Order: sequence, then C-alpha cells, then structure tokens
Amino acid sequence: MIHLAEITRKFQMGDQAVYALDKVDLNIAAGEYVSIMGPSGSGKSTLLNIIGLLDRPDSGCYELDGKNVTELSETEQARVRRKKIGFVFQAFHLVPRLTAAENIELPLILNGTPPVERQTLVAEALQAFDLQSRAQHRPAELSGGQRQRVAIARATILQPSAILADEPTGNLDHVIGAEVMMLLENLHHAGTTLIMVTHDRELGARARRHIGMRDGKIVTDVS
Amino acid sequence: MTLQDAMLLSLRSVASYRVRSLLIILAMAFGVAAVVVLTALGDGARRYVANQFSSIGTNLIIVLPGRAETTGAFPGAVMGQTPRDLTLKDAQLVGRLAQVKRYAPLNIGVAELSAANRLREVTVLGSSADLIPIRHMTLAQGSFLAHGSGHSAQIVLGAKMASDFFPEGKAIGQRIRLGEMRFLVSGVLAAQGESMGFNTDEIVIIPIDYAQTLFNTSSLFRILVEAKSRRDIPSAKLAILDTLKQSHDGEEDITVITQDAVLATFDRILRALTLAVAGIAAISLTVAGILVMNVMLVAVNQRTAEIGLLKAIGADAADIRRLFFIEALWLSMAGAIFGFLLGQFGSLLLRLAYPQLPAWAPVWASLAGILVALVTGILASLLPANRAAKLDAVKALSRK
Ligand SMILES: Nc1ncnc2c1ncn2[C@@H]1O[C@H](COP(=O)(O)OP(=O)(O)OP(=O)(O)O)[C@@H](O)[C@H]1O
Ligand SMILES: [Mg+2]
Repeated sequence: MIHLAEITRKFQMGDQAVYALDKVDLNIAAGEYVSIMGPSGSGKSTLLNIIGLLDRPDSGCYELDGKNVTELSETEQARVRRKKIGFVFQAFHLVPRLTAAENIELPLILNGTPPVERQTLVAEALQAFDLQSRAQHRPAELSGGQRQRVAIARATILQPSAILADEPTGNLDHVIGAEVMMLLENLHHAGTTLIMVTHDRELGARARRHIGMRDGKIVTDVS
Repeated sequence: MTLQDAMLLSLRSVASYRVRSLLIILAMAFGVAAVVVLTALGDGARRYVANQFSSIGTNLIIVLPGRAETTGAFPGAVMGQTPRDLTLKDAQLVGRLAQVKRYAPLNIGVAELSAANRLREVTVLGSSADLIPIRHMTLAQGSFLAHGSGHSAQIVLGAKMASDFFPEGKAIGQRIRLGEMRFLVSGVLAAQGESMGFNTDEIVIIPIDYAQTLFNTSSLFRILVEAKSRRDIPSAKLAILDTLKQSHDGEEDITVITQDAVLATFDRILRALTLAVAGIAAISLTVAGILVMNVMLVAVNQRTAEIGLLKAIGADAADIRRLFFIEALWLSMAGAIFGFLLGQFGSLLLRLAYPQLPAWAPVWASLAGILVALVTGILASLLPANRAAKLDAVKALSRK
C-alpha cells in the first residue's frame, strides 16, 4: 500500500544541509501495525509527514495504493490526505473554540458531506469513543485522554486506510496512554493500517513491525 | 467544503474572538456612519437652502438698481454719472411685459410705530397687493392692501407686531400712527418665522405710495416680478433689461437676479460640498480597512496551529483562503450594516436637534458607504487570507 523509494528530505540550515530523511526505502502493506522508534532528530516525524502527504520529499518516489502521489498538485494531495490518511498528534491539535462534536465533524465539513449524514456519523463516533457526555464541551473542558479520544475520532471519521500517530501518548500519563493505545489497536484490528512514532520502548514493542531510525536512515526493520 | 459550511465556520470565528471582532466592526461602522451622517448634513443643508429659496416665491425675478459688475469699471462712473433710480414707472413698464404674470414694487425703511399707547421702531415695507402671491405670504386675519391706485391708508401687520401691539387679538380696524402718518389696520400676516434672514413676523406693510411719502423718496428698493412660467424666466429677464435700458436713456444700470440662477448656484456648491465631505469620510474607511488587514494578519498568526491542523485533515489552500476571506467579509458586512444604522440614527438625532434641516442621507451616499466598506474589507483580507493559505502545514503544526 505504501511504497517509498529513495525518499530524501533535506533542510537548509545556513550553509549546511540537514538530511532529515536520507534515501529512505520503505514498504508497508495494508493493515500492518508499525512502530517507528529512534533518537530525537532522527527523522521519524518527517517520515510520517511525508507518508501523510503533509510534506514533500526533495527527491525519491512515493506510491500510495499503486499511484505515484509525489507528482500530485497541492489540492489533489489534500484530497488524498482527507480520504486515506488520519493524523493523530502528540499535542491533540483540537480547534479550541469548537466543541468536541464540532471538532470531530470538521473532516466531514471539509469533505462536503451533507449535514444530515454528518450528524449520524458524528453521533456514532461519539458513541464509539465514549464521548457522548462530552459532545458539547470545548477542548479546554476536557481531560488529556478525552482530548486524544476526540482527536482519534476526528482522524477516523472518514474511515481512512491508514492512521499516522506521532507520539499519541506523549502528553498522557501511563494509564490513560494505555487506554488510547487500546483504541488505536482496535482500529488496527478492524483493518486499518497503523503507523506510530513513539519514544516508549514498551509501547513500541506492541507493534508487529518495529522500525528503528537514526540520522535520517532506517537502521533496523524487524517483524 | 460547501459555501454554506465555510460561512458558518467563519461566523464561528467571528463570534469567538469577540473583542477583536467588535473592534473591527466598530472601526468599519464609524467610517460608514460618518459617510451617512455627513452626507445627510450636506444634503440637508442643500435641501434647506432650496426650501428657503422656493418659499420666497415661484419663478421669481428680482430687479434692483445699479449694475453688479465683477470686471471693468462702472459704466456710469466712467461717464461721470450716477446710476438712475428705479421708479414706479419702471415697475409699471415691467408689469406690462408679456412674460410677466405680476409684479410688486418694494420700498423698505424704518419708522416709529405708535398704537395703543405703545411706541416702537419697526421695519416698514411699501408694496402693492400682488406682494402676497409673489412672496407666498398668507394672511391670518383681515385683508391685504387693496388693488389699484388711490387706495386708502391701509396697514398690514406682521404676526408678532399684531400680538405685541394688540395682545387681545383685535388688531383689525385699529388706528395706528407711523411717523407722522395715520393708518388703519386692514390685515395681519400669518406667522411665518424667519426666511432668508428676514423675519416677516416683525414688519408692517403699507401701500407703496404712502411708503414713498413716508420716506420722502421716489425711488424703489426692488421690483419683485413673477414670470408666467419657468420657461419664461430667461426671456423675461432679457425683456426687463431691454425695457429698463430704454426707459433709462439706453443706460443698462440695473441688475436682474433670477431665483432659479441663484438656487442653481447654491445647489451646485452644496452638492460639491456634500461630495467632498463624503469623500473625506470614505477615507476613514480606508483606515478601517488597514485595521482589518492588521487584525486579520494577527488572527492568521494566532491560528497558525489550527491552519496546520485543517491542512492535516484535508483542507487545501483554497479552503483556508476562503475561510479567512469570508471571516473578513462577515466583519466588514456587520460593520457596514451597523454603521448604516448608526448613521441613520445620527441623522435622526440631527433632524430632532434641527427640525428645519431635512438631514436625510441620500441613497447614493448610504450605498456608496456600505460598498466602500465591503470593498475595503475584501481588499484588506486578501493578503492575510493568502498568507494563511500558503502556510507550510508541518511548520504550522509544530508551532505552539
Ligand atoms: N522545518 C525544519 N527546518 C529545519 N530543520 C528541520 C525542520 N524540520 C525538521 N528538521 C530537522 O530534521 C531532522 C529530523 O526532524 P524530525 O522532526 O523528523 O525528528 P524526529 O525524529 O521526529 O525527532 P523528535 O523525536 O524530537 O520528534 C532534525 O534534525 C530537525 O532538526
Ligand atoms: Mg518528531
């Protein structure tokens, strides 16, 4: 499903080029559960952003579902991202002035889904993530775990084929983090590809496939 | 994203950042209100002047002695002559012209009025019966000066004169002394108040020949002429000039003013003034536009992470641009509408404070004010909306 070939992403820092990704080759099949680990600055987030079409590589080829997506226009990439990718961030990234329900509804609005359909989908998502009683609360009134549940509900509302999670439990305590992991793993059990960046060895070990990164390169890839 | 959803989402932002939104709306509103109120004031002044001018008569032509020259020397002065006076004979000649409907000779002076043991200096107008229709005056009681010559010593009192000298209201038929002459009160003018800086309530009117005797003069102050119709005014003016030139031995030593020409001049001046004032007020809208731009730029900055998130969940540049653009449009629209209402309210206050001033903002001015507000709002939002759309999603998301 995901096919990266010689993907390079470099940043110019003054007169020095920093290779966030250095000729990375990676294949991930549909339905896989992959953890990406490595020291800070090794390029984990950059890799995830490229897979999620949020960033463009400087060179290399990226095929998603058999289609070369590196050459797509910005608007086309946005469409692919909306339909196929669900992002979950460490910082949750909820819109502070919108309620939990409205945050979950956002991708549907961007997708142009009719309002009636939106209401049922949001209601279902609220129920699935046990957020019914928090539907009308704003992010500031929610706990960290609830916020991440809203973020996951939002990431999955359009039923993407892949969930990209960048340290999803980084801002949560151990117990709540484990709950969130359960939710993500449930999605994987339901057939969604799950790619997760984490610093936590224990969490990383739960994945079927472990990728280790260092200095913009994949150094280990264990299944 | 549908347009309706974009509008609703932007409206949420407007409602959420209350202080900021209020600030922009107020700035816009004051600009629009300034346009509305100032044009209401300008156009009100124009209409006030027009009303005043038409209240003094219709198709009015005023003949006065002497030649008003803006360039060159006075012709009479060159010849060592003084300008000839206007006489009653001149007035009669003018009255016979085909284009003239009626005329009234006019003399003016001050005399001591005594009646009912009261004594007072009053302004005395000498004229004839046709003064009433020409000057659009109305009588409250009795009758005006009789038609024709050889009339008796009648006097007509202004409303305030009548009430001052005869508080019981029985002025008609009373005897009055004006200087050394005796008069019989035949009528009282209806209260009219001031018009063109002349208060008809505080004057008395006597027949022209009595006035000439009283003031010991044979000349006239003015001849008031009413043309048969509006179209006759220019030819009437020429005919009057021609007739009086002949009567004055070929000397063109009178001036003819038409009400139309004076009115048109005032109208032009006040229209130009209104336009200028509206333009200046519109400039304040540009300032509001710059404020909109700055506040929207700050908003883009504040909401960088949110913009990154929207991109991560599938918004493209056009979606983001549209959201910020419509947000600015809501603000300008609210400002324009609120400003329009504020301006209408201001005009209402003006009308209440100065009932004589018809301070209604012209429709073009209100529309222009609203339009300029919307256009400035739109222009001012282009740069911020574009900046938001072009934000790099990854960088935006990593911003805290
Ligand atoms: N926008 C940028 N400008 C310059 N350098 C960047 C930028 N984004 C990333 N980098 C650099 O690229 C390298 C990889 O960054 P990346 O964020 O992918 O690391 P990471 O593995 O996710 O680290 P962390 O565990 O701290 O999140 C780092 O050296 C970083 O400094
Ligand atoms: Mg990272």
